[in-house]
Parts: sequence; C-alpha cells; structure tokens
Amino acid sequence: MAALFKAGKALGLCVSGCRSLSSLAELPEMHQMMRQTCRDYADRELGPIAGKLDKEHLFPAQQVRELGAMGVMAVEVPEALGGAGMDYLAYSLAVEEISRGCGSTGCVVSVNNSLYIGPILKFGTQKQKEQWITPFTTGEKVGCFALSEPGNGSDAGAASTLARQEGEEWVLNGTKAWITNSWDASATVIFATTDKSLKHKGISAFLVPMPHPGLSLGKKEDKLGIRATSTANLILEDCRIPLGNMLGSRGSGFKIAMQTLDSGRIGIASQALGIAQAALDCAADYAHKRTAFGAPIGKLQAVQFKLADMAVAVESARLLTWKAAMLKDAKKPFTKEAAMAKLAASEAATFCGHQSIQVLGGMGYVTDMPAERHYRDARITEIYEGTSEIQRLVIAGQLLKEYAS
Amino acid sequence: MSRVLVGVKRVIDYAVKIRVKPDHSGVVTDGVKHSMNPFCEIAVEEAVKLKEKKFIKEVVAVSCGPTQVTETIRTALAMGCDRGIHVEVSGKDYEAMGPLQIAKIFAALAKKEEASLVILGKQAIDDDCNQTGQMTAALLDWPQGTFASEVTIDGEKVKVVREIDGGLETIKISMPAVLTADLRLNTPRYATLPNIMKAKKKKIANMKPADLGVDMVSRVEVLRVDEPPTRLAGVKVETVDDLVAKLKANGTI
Repeated sequence: MAALFKAGKALGLCVSGCRSLSSLAELPEMHQMMRQTCRDYADRELGPIAGKLDKEHLFPAQQVRELGAMGVMAVEVPEALGGAGMDYLAYSLAVEEISRGCGSTGCVVSVNNSLYIGPILKFGTQKQKEQWITPFTTGEKVGCFALSEPGNGSDAGAASTLARQEGEEWVLNGTKAWITNSWDASATVIFATTDKSLKHKGISAFLVPMPHPGLSLGKKEDKLGIRATSTANLILEDCRIPLGNMLGSRGSGFKIAMQTLDSGRIGIASQALGIAQAALDCAADYAHKRTAFGAPIGKLQAVQFKLADMAVAVESARLLTWKAAMLKDAKKPFTKEAAMAKLAASEAATFCGHQSIQVLGGMGYVTDMPAERHYRDARITEIYEGTSEIQRLVIAGQLLKEYAS
Repeated sequence: MSRVLVGVKRVIDYAVKIRVKPDHSGVVTDGVKHSMNPFCEIAVEEAVKLKEKKFIKEVVAVSCGPTQVTETIRTALAMGCDRGIHVEVSGKDYEAMGPLQIAKIFAALAKKEEASLVILGKQAIDDDCNQTGQMTAALLDWPQGTFASEVTIDGEKVKVVREIDGGLETIKISMPAVLTADLRLNTPRYATLPNIMKAKKKKIANMKPADLGVDMVSRVEVLRVDEPPTRLAGVKVETVDDLVAKLKANGTI
C-alpha cells in the first residue's frame, strides 16, 4: 500500500480519493467488466473481419450498429439522452479495446464520441442535444467534425469558410478537408467565420444535417491506413441552415474547437494504444512460434529487447492516457496531460507498428499477417487531431505557464 | 408467475493454454484468466430471453465458490439477470467440489426460491462432467430437458428440442423442470455498458452450503492429473489388407 501511495503522489494525483490510486494499479470492477466486454467484442467480431474491411475499404456499418446497441457509440452521454452514462476513463478503455480489434472501427467510435457528440454535449442547448445527440447514440447514425480546410490544418484560426446571416438562416460557403466519416455521416459539427475582422474570435460552430442542399462531398481519399473509414472534402455552396443550428454563442467556435480537440486527443491516444497493443501482441505471439537457429526467436536478445521497448512504450502511454481521462473526469485541467497522452501513444503506435514488422521479418511485410495493417493504421495517429508538432507546442505552452514567475 | 434459477460457473477461459501443476494434483489456476463457462452464458441468455418474452418474472444467477465467483455473477447480472446468490465454498471444499455437491445446493435453492425452472449449461469446459443438471433433476424429482437446442414455453409445459446422437428429439415436460443448454440454443449477448452500470446496483446474496442443509463431503478423490500424451506420428498404409495385418501385428485385433 505504501508503494502505491508513493506512486500516486509521484504522479501528482489527488491521493485522497482511493479510486484515483487504485485505478492506475487496478481498474474499478465496472471498468474491468466494461473493458472485458469490449475486448470480447473486438476479438470475436472485429478481429476476424478487420483485414477484409481494410482491403475493401468497407465501412463497418453492422458492427457500428452493434456497438451502438452496447452503448459504445455514446459512452459519456447521459442515459436520459440514450447514452451509456459512463466516464471518460471508461470511454478510453472502450476505444482502446475496439481499436485493438480494428483500427478503423476504433476511429469511427472515437470521432462519433469525442468530436461530434462531445461539443454538442458540452455547448448545446437541451433541444439541440435531443435533436443532434440522441439519434446518434444507437449506431444507426454517425457524425463528423469539420474544422480543417485545404488551406489550413494546424493553422485552425485561419478558417476561410464563411457564414453570413440572411433573415432566419445562416448561409455557409467554403470547403473543409480531410473529414473523417464524411461519406457515412448523417450530421456534422462545422466551423465557419461569422466575423472576419475578429480573426479567430470571429469563428462560430454550426450543426448541419447530411445530406443537405448546398453541402456536397468530394471524392473519397485513398489512404495509407484506417481504410474502412471514409475521408473526403465537404463542399459548401450557399448551404442554408436555420439560425437555431448555431452551436454555442457567436464567435465561440475557436474555443469550442480547441476544447473539443483536447478531449478528442484522449480518444485518439486510446485508438493509438489499441493499434500499438495489437502490433505488440502480434510480435510477441510470433516470437513464441517462429524458430530460427534451433529455438523460438523469442530466445534471442535482439528480439527480446524490441518486445521490451514496445511494451514500455505502450504501458507508459497508457498510464498517461488514463491519467488525462481521470483528470477530465475529476473536472480538473487536463490540456497538458491530454497532449502528452496523444503524443506518447501515437509515437508508441508507430514505433510498435514498425518493430512488429521487424520481428516478423518477411512475414511482416505481407498481408497474410496483420502487422503491415497495424503499421499503416498507426501512422495517421501522429497527424490528425493535432500533429505531434502541435502537441509539443501545447505541452511546452502549458509547461512554461507553470514555470512563469 | 415464475422465477428461474440459472447456474453460472467460473472456469479457466477457453482460450488459455492449460498447464498441469508440477505436483500433478491439478491444473495451474493462479494468475490465469477465468471467465464464465460458455454453456452457462448460453443458459443465462436463454433465461433472460424468456424474461424479455414475459414468460418469467425473475432470473436469479447462482454460483458456488470463493469470493472470485462474484465476478461471474456480476457478468450474469450485466447480461440481464435480476439478482444473484453466491454460495460460499472455499479451500479444500472448493477443490473437491463436484456435480453432486452442486446439484444438492441447486436442489435446495430451487425449493427455497420456489423456482419454476432451473437452467444450467450442459457441462463445464474444465471437468466436462455433464452431470449437474441431471443430478439436480433427480434430487428434486423434476423432469429434465438436457442438451436443449430449442426451448418453448407452452402454458405449464416446456417443449424442448434435444440434440442427441441420432439427431434431434422433441419432448414436452411439465414445470417445474431442469433444462441444460447446448451450443446451438442461442448466441449470448454482449453485456451493454448501461447494463454493466445497472449490474452494480443489483443484489448478490451470500450464503453457505450449511445454510441450505448441504454437506460438501466428496466421495470422489482425484489421484493424479497428467497432460495428454504427446501425439506421435502415424503410419500410412496402402491397402485395407495392410491395415488389418498391422493391427494384428501390434495386438490391437
């Protein structure tokens, strides 16, 4: 118990709540049960089809419906609105286990929960929540998040999509790029400038149903990984929506986007963890079975060192992710920790994906084994929802604030 | 109307590679992943389905063993059972526990809870006994529908389609009765997140076999546990005559 206490203090956790202490050493019973049910689902329903989904770029519609029925598509949403009513730690565990079975499906779960439902839950009116969240809890419908544009990704403040008011309507014009779930979504949270002179303080958030007159989709991008998800441009040409479709107050769009991405980072960190773990599982299993020089390759130190490095990378990123989730659940600031988690987990995923192929040798390079898919799926986690470079800026910014005199 | 008792057993997970203890007294269970016996999952699913179809009012999940079995009961609760009963058995009693002791416990509980049905898995994947259901029915002097692949309630009777060696057998038995679930009875549901949350609030009662008047003395003693012999390569023969000659030569026939 003393060791746990020390560990808890070292991690700067609130030591008085025994849940925060024991949660890192051993999760609470409900979270363990929830994790197990997601793991069982991923092993039995996603693992066997993940290769096919990837090869044929198939959106896992049936699996998303089944996950909806389990409550996984709306983990944090209160039961009254149709969700599972659980906390962010539970959400992180769910996304990790689902992603371990299929990286693409984990992405769909994460985008729906964090990027689409997240901001509406936080900034929407009761009526907006009922209209735009409840139908998206069952897995029948998924949403998407449209912030990036062809002209700006990391530079989110430079949004050039415009929204002007005409009577009782907003009219949107512009193009959004790289929108995950675009071809499969029934609604989007979209950001547009309402007051150009106010720069990033002039951006507002809107809710647009899909399909909708004035909103069209660009071609589906042909991606390196997470191929079962659709990624495309959203093109707005005099797209008209009622005034009531503004999310939050006028000019608060940038703030909404940044806060949404803060939480979204925990989701992506969890997705990266799942992919990293799957890559590690694949390599460790192979190390037992493949023999060379008269013994299983797991006996060779070169292989052992790789497996050890992979395990440390995954476990440390996982603890960072859990900490960020627990801080969020405790309503404490978590921006720095979320950025650290996303950075660590995504780099762990690409590292594990790379090393897993190396352990498998030639077998890692062919599609017979899932190692190459983990390698390809992992790569995006260092890019979307804030590149690794942006994460470093966020972390440094928070750190320097802490040390400011 | 009715209450159904469902038995759930905590066993070593089906995917785990089993290892025999160095002293050959049993298999290694420490630190090994355990889960609900797959046939018990099917039994729980059937009971919950019957409740959803409004044939029964309450499903009670029962497990016998040490504290850890409450995890298995909670999983049953998360699948839709209403409450649980944990019959505490630990130490030597737990190691020696077998179908007869369990059957006595279930028979006592079935009477105490005034159950209309007792639904069990046809067998457990650790001991493969396939005896508990049959013994429970005999102790209660109730009809039994074992190896059920289809269960239909018809008033006070139950129609059971049984999987037997020759194919399928359909029987009609009166309630109260004991049923054991076979593989094709249903596909167990995944516990949903909201149900896992609800399971936390459901009650699990605690009792000991003595409270039910059951003595746990076992008449069976395990002498030794060994791994199956390593499978050796076979021999291919060209004709039936060669086969007969070889079998005669090694004394088989």
